[in-house]
Amino acid sequence: MLLTVNGDQVEVPNTVKTIAELLQHFEMHHKVVIVEKNAEILEKAEHTATLISDKDKIELVHFVGGG
Amino acid sequence: MIIGAGALGTGSAEMLVRAGIGNITIADRDYVEWSNLQRQQLYTEEEAEQRTPKAVAAKKRLTAINSEVKIRCHVMDVSVEEMEQLVGGVDLILDASDNFDIRMIINDISQKHRIPWIYSACVGSYGINYTIIPGKTPCLNCLLENVPMGSATCDTVGIISPAVQMVLSFQISEALKILVEDRLHLRNKLVSFDLWKNHQSSINVDKFKKEDCPSCGAEPSYPYLSFSNQIKTAVLCGRDTVQIRPSRPIDRDLESLDKALSKQPGKVSRNPYLLSFSTEEYRLVIFKDCRVLIHGTKSIPEAKTLYHRYLG
Ligand SMILES: [Zn+2]
Repeated sequence: MLLTVNGDQVEVPNTVKTIAELLQHFEMHHKVVIVEKNAEILEKAEHTATLISDKDKIELVHFVGGG
Repeated sequence: MIIGAGALGTGSAEMLVRAGIGNITIADRDYVEWSNLQRQQLYTEEEAEQRTPKAVAAKKRLTAINSEVKIRCHVMDVSVEEMEQLVGGVDLILDASDNFDIRMIINDISQKHRIPWIYSACVGSYGINYTIIPGKTPCLNCLLENVPMGSATCDTVGIISPAVQMVLSFQISEALKILVEDRLHLRNKLVSFDLWKNHQSSINVDKFKKEDCPSCGAEPSYPYLSFSNQIKTAVLCGRDTVQIRPSRPIDRDLESLDKALSKQPGKVSRNPYLLSFSTEEYRLVIFKDCRVLIHGTKSIPEAKTLYHRYLG
């Protein structure tokens, strides 16, 4: 499956079916991440149930602490 | 008021002082170290050599830049009480800190006193920025729900100074809009970028505002201003050791912590209950139940600095 993640084309295995699994795939599941799918922002509670499909545009913004 | 005088704090202070802001308050608990000089623009080799407190060094340089600005600098480990003392008459709080314990306190103070604040942070080539206006935007508690633990901090992975400058550009543009009362032009979006990966995103997060948020909702309790939610420290009697308990219980994943700390100069060892990390003259012992012992110091500010450097 081909996704656009933060502006880059990324090939993701077909076993990755939901937003939660996508975060796991990128090893971001321990981080606080705000996810936008096709310009629609998702609540954290929606991550597990939200399915992803080919050509979706995903934006991932993660919170960092440094400064 | 600027909380922290590291990379973001020195940069924003210099811009605002050069712009001729009337009054500025800066608080920081650390002293200048050699590794700071790569990005903390107010400090010099001499101050690193002498371990001058950052607040003292910052005041000296800022006064030399613009003597007409009233600059108050505090060598201070800012927590709830200190923040309550400093916040009188403040129009805007700029976050230049390096950890979420203090940011959650800033967030509650901002809501309680109806003062806008700007969250800013950077790590590596990545940066993030969001302006929080009480009564209008979601607050940091709405966005995070839980304080992120173990997010990369800048002392352990480093940060390139263009990323600092980029965050500063976002932060100070927003600050100037607030200070000249042009709120119509505020960005109203969570902005993040990665200068190395050539990416930038800007997301409207209004949807995250929660009516029942304990910090900004209809019946706020300001949870991070209460004693039970603050990070607890204690110097252990007769030993060069400080104990730190985080503001809320965490089930530490010692395995991923092991992985992260193994990349640092120092030695890591681990059993199922705790992880021990020795670096320089210090040893950090991290328990699975979230307590941390810091051996090799009696100073609480020093212990907190080490804690946030390695544990986020
Ligand atoms: Zn809130």
